[in-house]
Amino acid sequence: MMERVQQTDTAGIGDVKRPLDIREHVERADYQTIGEPFSGDAKMTARNVNVYYDEKQAITNVSLDIGRNEVIAMIGPSGCGKSTFLRTLNRMNDIIPACRVEGEFALDGEDIYGADQDTVLLRARVGMVFQKPNPFPKSIYENVAYGPRIHGLAHNKAELDEIVEDSLRRASLFNEVKDQLDKPGTGLSGGQQQRLCIARAIAVSPEVILMDEPCSALDPIATARIEELIDELRENYTIAIVTHSMQQAARVSQRTAYFHMGKLIEVGETKQIFTMPKHELTENYITGRFG
Amino acid sequence: MSKQSSSRASAAIRASLKKRYARERRFQWYGRLAVLIGFVFLFILLADIVSKGTPAFTQHYIRVSVELEPDVLGIERDATRDQIFNANYLGAIRASLRAMFPDVTGRKEKQQLYRLLSIGAEYNLRDMVLKNPGLIGHTSEIWLRAHAEAGSYLKGQVTADLPESDRKVKDMQVAWLDQLRAQGRTESRFNTTFFTQGDSREPEMAGIRVALYGSFFTLLVTFAIAFPIGVSAAVYLEEFAPRNRLTDLIEININNLAAVPSIVFGLLGLAVFINFFELPRSAPLVGGIVLSLMTLPTIIITSRAAIQAVSPSIRQAALGVGASRLQTVTHHVLPVAMPGILTGSIIGMAQALGESAPLLMIGMVAFIMDAPAGVTDPSTVLPVQIFLWADSPERGFTEKTSAAIMVLMGFLILMNGLAVYLRRHFEKK
Ligand SMILES: Nc1ncnc2c1ncn2[C@@H]1O[C@H](COP(=O)(O)OP(=O)(O)OP(=O)(O)O)[C@@H](O)[C@H]1O
Ligand SMILES: [Mg+2]
Repeated sequence: MMERVQQTDTAGIGDVKRPLDIREHVERADYQTIGEPFSGDAKMTARNVNVYYDEKQAITNVSLDIGRNEVIAMIGPSGCGKSTFLRTLNRMNDIIPACRVEGEFALDGEDIYGADQDTVLLRARVGMVFQKPNPFPKSIYENVAYGPRIHGLAHNKAELDEIVEDSLRRASLFNEVKDQLDKPGTGLSGGQQQRLCIARAIAVSPEVILMDEPCSALDPIATARIEELIDELRENYTIAIVTHSMQQAARVSQRTAYFHMGKLIEVGETKQIFTMPKHELTENYITGRFG
Repeated sequence: MSKQSSSRASAAIRASLKKRYARERRFQWYGRLAVLIGFVFLFILLADIVSKGTPAFTQHYIRVSVELEPDVLGIERDATRDQIFNANYLGAIRASLRAMFPDVTGRKEKQQLYRLLSIGAEYNLRDMVLKNPGLIGHTSEIWLRAHAEAGSYLKGQVTADLPESDRKVKDMQVAWLDQLRAQGRTESRFNTTFFTQGDSREPEMAGIRVALYGSFFTLLVTFAIAFPIGVSAAVYLEEFAPRNRLTDLIEININNLAAVPSIVFGLLGLAVFINFFELPRSAPLVGGIVLSLMTLPTIIITSRAAIQAVSPSIRQAALGVGASRLQTVTHHVLPVAMPGILTGSIIGMAQALGESAPLLMIGMVAFIMDAPAGVTDPSTVLPVQIFLWADSPERGFTEKTSAAIMVLMGFLILMNGLAVYLRRHFEKK
């Protein structure tokens, strides 16, 4: 069902949208992002993004592509705007009254801030996992079943059961909770809760998953489980992950973007960023001189 | 800093410490004293009400040998039901009393003798005979309700030690009552009348049935109006309304509304609902509307607080999987906020239950004997009934007043208990 919607939407969009000139973007910026912010096969694109909280600018002129089936890590010192940028990608900033977003965003070439864009549909396609595990105060089953139910993805109980089981399996949580699906999700351990949130996010079959420091509340073992999981999910999903752990970024991502004070300083292959950063700020950060 | 000056500083601190601790101790004692005074007054109040009200829950009956001969009742032997209904029971009762005390002859004395029994006794007897016509033609021992004044003597509230002029039971009556008691012809029973009858001019026949029904219907209307409107308003203001001048103004006004004296709502009800919309006077419908206006601010304010307290992470989670804003509110925010909302609503309802001033304004003070069958029938409510009885000089009504207060407080405690229970119950989840 998801795919059909996507096709009809992209069909109409291609001719409306003005192709973006990369040079124009670079000229307009008062700084230059070093490295390669663009991707040959982009799932999501963001161009000339500025975000303000009231008068305060939190993101300055950021352009970035997220490639299909890649894991892109976003790193940078606290307060540099990683979460803010991530939230622009599924319009979670809409619920912050003070927040104003400028720029052009597209998902598979389709404008996601367009007047006819439904945020409900967008968030079903671009799912999100938050920093603090936030299961609903309902049963484990309900947590996972909620999304598919409101989107009408299952036609009967059996189908719904199947989606729930499948999502829990893919979040490698099923074996631990299969006998207590009716127990409250809030009763699980922190790591289990976060995997439950991941299961909840993938239950609606999103195309992109945004993760905002998904492991910051977890111990190393739970973190390792989630990192494994991200690796597996990459086959079917596009993932953008914000993290404070350089090791984590190095382990799970193919590309890394370094943010600094609302600016996107450097983007590149993860290996390159961590071994041969081109910008001084990036180098300072990854060698631990600040942040 | 040198060693010397630092030791001087610590000496100064030590000196001031003593004073600070003394001040703290003094303050604690003020606090304890204040709490103690509060409790003492509360205790005195409760003890007074309970000690005055408890006797009202019992009632004395006197056993009389009533001769139910047709010629005494003034009917034929084969009387129809109608004739039985209209028979002269008062005469029968009076004759029986005279027969029990044959030496009473004077007109005044007879009047005194008759006043031993409740004025309602003849109707009780009539009902008994209607139910069991076989009683006609026989002399039966029948328990009849005592007059309130006689009852208060039998209860020991009035003693013969008082000078006769200071009490309503006269010496003669005291002698008769003592005699009856010695013969085992008096009995104290649980006062069902208090719960099954409406108001009456005779204390021994007065009850809170009408007031209970009235309070129930009034609260029903209040809840049916105030709860949905209050919760919807709170949800809208919290979750959907933009933050601007207008919503700020609305918010300030809601807070101010909560502080408006309740009688003002009564005046409003009188002017708008009764005079303009011509809704029935004295009816729970109007009372409920007026009280719902009064409780709305309470419900809105507490509901908003409960909604605000719901963790934003739950909202984000719901929006994150693609729930619409309305779905987020109805599926996730409201269920979590519900205990708080219910607690606030129940407290608002409890306020409404105890309110009398606005209901006086819309005429719920009428003297009503029959329980209302619906929200448009004239009725009174518990606090107003208390107000009315408190105004009556008879001793019998004094105890009724306190008893009705006990019933009202019982309901208030019950409602507050429910609020506490709901909060605990949901918090555990
Ligand atoms: N709701 C908000 N209202 C006002 N300002 C905000 C809000 N959220 C973020 N900001 C500001 O925007 C800037 C970027 O914040 P953001 O949360 O995106 O940083 P971050 O990179 O995610 O930091 P961290 O690593 O600490 O999570 C900060 O200066 C912050 O003060
Ligand atoms: Mg952040």
